[in-house]
Amino acid sequence: MSALIRTNATLVWLALSGLTVVSWVLGTQRSLGGANHVPASVAILVVAIFKVRLVGLYFMELREAPVTLRAVFESYCIILLGLLVGMLLLG
Amino acid sequence: MADVINAERQVNGRPVGTPRVRHVPGEPGTWVLLFGDMAVFTVVFAVYLQARGQRSDLFAESQNALNRNFGAVNTLVLLTSSLLVVLAGKALRSDRWRHFASRLMLSGAAVGACFVVIKAFEYRERVAEGDTPTTNEFFMYYFVLTGLHLVHVLAGLAILLALSRLVRMPELTTTHIAFVEGGSCFWHLVDLLWIVIFPLLFLVRRS
Repeated sequence: MSALIRTNATLVWLALSGLTVVSWVLGTQRSLGGANHVPASVAILVVAIFKVRLVGLYFMELREAPVTLRAVFESYCIILLGLLVGMLLLG
Repeated sequence: MADVINAERQVNGRPVGTPRVRHVPGEPGTWVLLFGDMAVFTVVFAVYLQARGQRSDLFAESQNALNRNFGAVNTLVLLTSSLLVVLAGKALRSDRWRHFASRLMLSGAAVGACFVVIKAFEYRERVAEGDTPTTNEFFMYYFVLTGLHLVHVLAGLAILLALSRLVRMPELTTTHIAFVEGGSCFWHLVDLLWIVIFPLLFLVRRS
């Protein structure tokens, strides 16, 4: 069974779980950014989109997909990051 | 029989031992649906952030009422469920572990179902505190976004249950394999969307 579990996807799951805890801490601690939570919120969004990319590449197996499909997904990640961070900063 | 493959000897529709070829997971049409869904949610995210920018004090105050632990635990639940579904796909392609594929897929569904239970507790807590979609603009977005996502979770769970039966078949056609890959990708989409919804609703704020 360990041979089945020893895979890139398991390592990615560990990374994703660790990053979730990091975001959780950043999002619940008020003191990190003082009265201004924007820097921590931007970091949380960057981490979230990085996690989205990991799910796409390793869980959805887009790492091994044709270049066009992977490019569409990578573009989606970039657009989503730009949109969310941009609207947070400008809002 | 030309399209009938023995999944024990093939990986992504190619014999074991041959060089990796780039391959679209599932049917190409599945990706139109998946990217369409991502686009719809992206529009809702943008509308939410715009509304938040206009009434930031109300949104911040309402967001503070949420129990962030529910959201974080549910993220870990979906990530774990996704991993089990990935492992089910891997087992399906292996001589040695193929008999585990159905059980792994079912385990993925069982862990995924915990999301629904936790969400029910979360909603109950909100309603008990008097927060409903009509309370204010924040809670309207909160219930719309989490509700839309919950519909996806329920659809995904039904797909995983169907796949757990499908992978028990002794021989799988390329179409069956495409169903397994496409259905699994839909479940990962459910995970992917929550990875954005959780920080957006529960964590991100200006002060």
